[in-house]
Amino acid sequence: MGGEEWIAMEAFIYDAVRTPRGRGKADGSLHEITPIQLATQMLEAVRDRTQIDTADVDDVILGCVSPVGEQGADIARVAVLNADYAQTVPGVQINRFCASGLEAVNMAAAKVYSGEAGLAIGGGVESMSRVPMASDGGAWAMDPAVAYKTYFAPQGIGADVIATKFGISRDDADAYAVESQKRAKAAWDEGRFAKSIVPVKDVIGQVVLDHDEHMRPDATMQSLAALNPSFTALGEEMPGFDAVALLRYPELEKINHIHHAGNSSGIVDGAAAVLVGNREMGEKYGLKPRARIRAMASIGSEPLIMLTGPEFVAGKLLSRAGMSKSDIDLWELNEAFASVVLRYMQAMDLDHGRINVNGGAIAMGHPLGATGAMVLGTALDELERTAKGTALINLCVGAGMGTGIIIERV
Amino acid sequence: MNTIRFDINADGIATLTIDVPDQSMNVIGPDFLADLDAAITRISSEEAIKGAVIASGKDSGFMAGMDLKYFGSMLVSDGGKRPAPADIFDKVFVLNQLFRRLETCGKPIACAIEGTCVGGGFELALACHRRIVGDSPKTQLGLPEILIGLFPGGGGSQRLPRIMGVQASLMYMLQGKLFRPAEAAMLKIVDSLVPQGTAVEAAREWVKANPNASVQPWDVKGYKVPGGAGGFNPAFVQTMAGALPMTLKQTQRNMNAPIALLSAVYEGIILPMDRAIRIESKYFAKVAADPQAANMIRSLFVNKQAAERGARRPKDQPKAPTRKLAMLGAGMMGAGIATVAAQAGMEVVLFDRDQTYAEKGKAHVEEVLKKRLGRGMTPEKMAETLARVTPTTDYAALVGADFVIEAVFEDVAIKAEVTKKVEEILGADTIFGSNTSTLPITKLAKAWSKPENFIGIHFFSPVEKMPLVEVILGKETGPAAIAKALDFVAQIKKTPIVVNDSRGFYTSRCFGTYVQEGVEMVAEGINPALIENAGRQLGMPVGPLAVGDEVSIELGHKIVMAAQKELGDAYVAQPSDAVMARMVELGRLGRKSARGWYDYPEGGRKHLWPGLTEMFPRAAVQPNVEEVKERLLYRQLIECARCFEEGVLETPEDGDIGAIFGWGFAPYTGGPFAHMDMVGIGHVVAVLERLAERHGDRFAPTVQLQDMAASGATFYHPVSSRAAA
Repeated sequence: MGGEEWIAMEAFIYDAVRTPRGRGKADGSLHEITPIQLATQMLEAVRDRTQIDTADVDDVILGCVSPVGEQGADIARVAVLNADYAQTVPGVQINRFCASGLEAVNMAAAKVYSGEAGLAIGGGVESMSRVPMASDGGAWAMDPAVAYKTYFAPQGIGADVIATKFGISRDDADAYAVESQKRAKAAWDEGRFAKSIVPVKDVIGQVVLDHDEHMRPDATMQSLAALNPSFTALGEEMPGFDAVALLRYPELEKINHIHHAGNSSGIVDGAAAVLVGNREMGEKYGLKPRARIRAMASIGSEPLIMLTGPEFVAGKLLSRAGMSKSDIDLWELNEAFASVVLRYMQAMDLDHGRINVNGGAIAMGHPLGATGAMVLGTALDELERTAKGTALINLCVGAGMGTGIIIERV
Repeated sequence: MNTIRFDINADGIATLTIDVPDQSMNVIGPDFLADLDAAITRISSEEAIKGAVIASGKDSGFMAGMDLKYFGSMLVSDGGKRPAPADIFDKVFVLNQLFRRLETCGKPIACAIEGTCVGGGFELALACHRRIVGDSPKTQLGLPEILIGLFPGGGGSQRLPRIMGVQASLMYMLQGKLFRPAEAAMLKIVDSLVPQGTAVEAAREWVKANPNASVQPWDVKGYKVPGGAGGFNPAFVQTMAGALPMTLKQTQRNMNAPIALLSAVYEGIILPMDRAIRIESKYFAKVAADPQAANMIRSLFVNKQAAERGARRPKDQPKAPTRKLAMLGAGMMGAGIATVAAQAGMEVVLFDRDQTYAEKGKAHVEEVLKKRLGRGMTPEKMAETLARVTPTTDYAALVGADFVIEAVFEDVAIKAEVTKKVEEILGADTIFGSNTSTLPITKLAKAWSKPENFIGIHFFSPVEKMPLVEVILGKETGPAAIAKALDFVAQIKKTPIVVNDSRGFYTSRCFGTYVQEGVEMVAEGINPALIENAGRQLGMPVGPLAVGDEVSIELGHKIVMAAQKELGDAYVAQPSDAVMARMVELGRLGRKSARGWYDYPEGGRKHLWPGLTEMFPRAAVQPNVEEVKERLLYRQLIECARCFEEGVLETPEDGDIGAIFGWGFAPYTGGPFAHMDMVGIGHVVAVLERLAERHGDRFAPTVQLQDMAASGATFYHPVSSRAAA
């Protein structure tokens, strides 16, 4: 370093792409596309849109929550090879449950911050239709000693505990869901996602999906009212996880099961990628930085209620960035369950008008490993569209965690 | 060999006949282990022996589990202190190693089961290559260890799931549920069912016909656990993930044995048997080293059985079984007592003031018996039983009765009138028992001209289901009355405790404090849901408010009024008194009025009455659940300790059995006295002092407790004299 002053930590977002989200079922458009294809097409898109020499990419980090079967064996490195990146580019698959896609970007940014990388890609992939949730097992739920120690209960139970503990009713959750659908529809109608969406193609080059197909824009309070809660049986009958929840939250008389398929995130297939780099790399390829990464953070929180992490990670992010709540123009929180966002709005005293303005996973779906990178791109597009400055994006995470980021347009 | 007879027949088939001396039932002790070890060596080393049959030499059945004395001896290390799990692993692993030697000895081993085969006995059977059962409706097989705070530690947790699949085996092992022979055969846990008394012969034939059947299925390459196992098997994952919450719902995290069992199965099931049994023994050592199992075994098993066998019965009294019972009062309690008495073969005169009441009482007997039809009850047996019950309003019908139980209205004057009338018919030499739950026995005894023949015999509702009977001695109650009452309790196969006279005796008095403390917390503005959950988490069957509703708030209120009236200025008012009075004023009498601490919406689930929060505004600072649990627990403990100090209780055994079986006191503790001993009296006193300072004198430690704390004494093993010396 020859005594020169150390370069101020900087990392910029140069590009963000995502696939449209396909219904994660046998009739979903992306069910016939393998997850490696989804990831590959995102890496290809980043390269082709920015015209970078992939040999300059120092790492590719992809989130994936069920990294087994078709998604196993370090899907990030395999996608690098499959996308015809330079073979010198390494790849690593990571898992921070629902925030994996954002965590991958944060790690890419950290590599750029630290000087390990000039360019790095963070993103994620999940084909929930081809590799079902929980395919990877894990000690948390099935090892009795561990499940005992951690008061394991599935996250739907945690979401219902949030609702019960913080006084969020079924009507509150349904109203939120209806609004999410409306916003997503409006955003699609106005082409607000156009900059980031990369249609998925099949082996003969045909487009198999160019829009988020999980949306139900016609959802109403009445139509949602007809849906049965998803976690009542699991909680109250077999095997009775509510008993575990009451052991941890003895102040509650019972758990109010308010979540159902219509006010929880949708099961979908998809992938996303975000190109992060330092100033020099941007200059080398004539890329204009779209945003500076101001702060990244993750936290751990109580694992049974599981999904209250966002408020804590938001606090940590703001303090890391030396910012206050009023410095944030746009808020984005993954819509894992309606109660998660409603509790976050309650805790942070946020108006619905400033958060998830283009809808979220309740309408468009939550491809677990990829969502973090997707919501980051969505917020970035919205900042640019509305000429606003800062956004705080975060996700609640399984086993009681939260992961977030603050970005600022340059 | 003094526990196993070793014979070889002309076919070269050895028969190991287990007959452990000085035991009514075969149990596993050090001699048996040594003998089995020697027998296995003979079987595997002597070429002339082609295989072996294991059978029992006792009519009482095949074999039960471990000799509890032997088990207890494993748990003592140098200096009398509790050993660490690692210190006893080698001792508990012996059994596993031995059974493993048996199943890998190279010769076919068949087990011939006639009669009871449970615990370690059943684990021995599981380690045989063939299980043949003599069919009998009385025979039970299985692994009930969980009921006394343990889990199968002789390979059972590994072999049973390998035979019947993980999920099915867990359902039995987690609940200690036993198999009937036909059920066991259907589930393929036993290989064949033969007529009773022919199992040994059938086993010999099988060994003769299968000279090479000496390998267990799990030792064959390619073996798969039925239904699958391991983290890559979705059904197994779901079973394991579901078994824990189901267990926690029942145990509220208080019992460690079920969790250890689940871990032993989870970790062991994909291992080769030699390593699987090591895992089982490690978890078994962990559970055995915890005082929980020892406390449970002492109260739920050893002391309970001792009580049932007459531990408190005066030794010199001749057997005094009841042949004809005079049951006074055909209400819910009277009809219940009549039911169990008739079922035990007694003639019952069911007496009431009004023939319709008496008939209604008999109808109740019929109703109970009908529900048992098909479950050990036949129409003929039912008719016989019913014929023994005579409903009447005629005192003359009581003639010939050799025992009286009175369960009429709870009023001293009414009871006295009935008592005197009965004495006119039967004479004062007959033993008279009163089923009062609140009135002093000494006072009621005044109506019987020989008070030494008067005794309290307090049943719990519903009588058919509740296992305990609290026998209360008045000041003058004599040994003949005690013997008569305890023999009656033995006849109806219930568990007795014997206590001295006191307001509320022992059980009602101490149980009442649990409810009162809950009510007091409501009055302090503590979240009622927190109070209820804390009660359950403590290990009580239901929260204090829920049970308060069941016994009725009105009854609690009436008991307080009666005490006030009788004691006058001496009565120490409790904060809960006024709260209950207010509830009664509001017509919230409890479950029976469908309004109490809870609301009971028709067709819906009960929920806490929202009005409680208006009546008792929520305190700004809420305690944590541990503080609430502590209050609910120590309020009971101090009342139990007072009963001991006042002489209401004469033994800690009565106190613990009465608490667990009378009002459902946290069974995992072994009872209030076992619990106080375990945590240390010094600790109990310190907690009580802290609680007394914060919440009032009702928690103040008694003089005796303070003395015990100072001298290091305990309730069960008094060491005060040693400490003093």
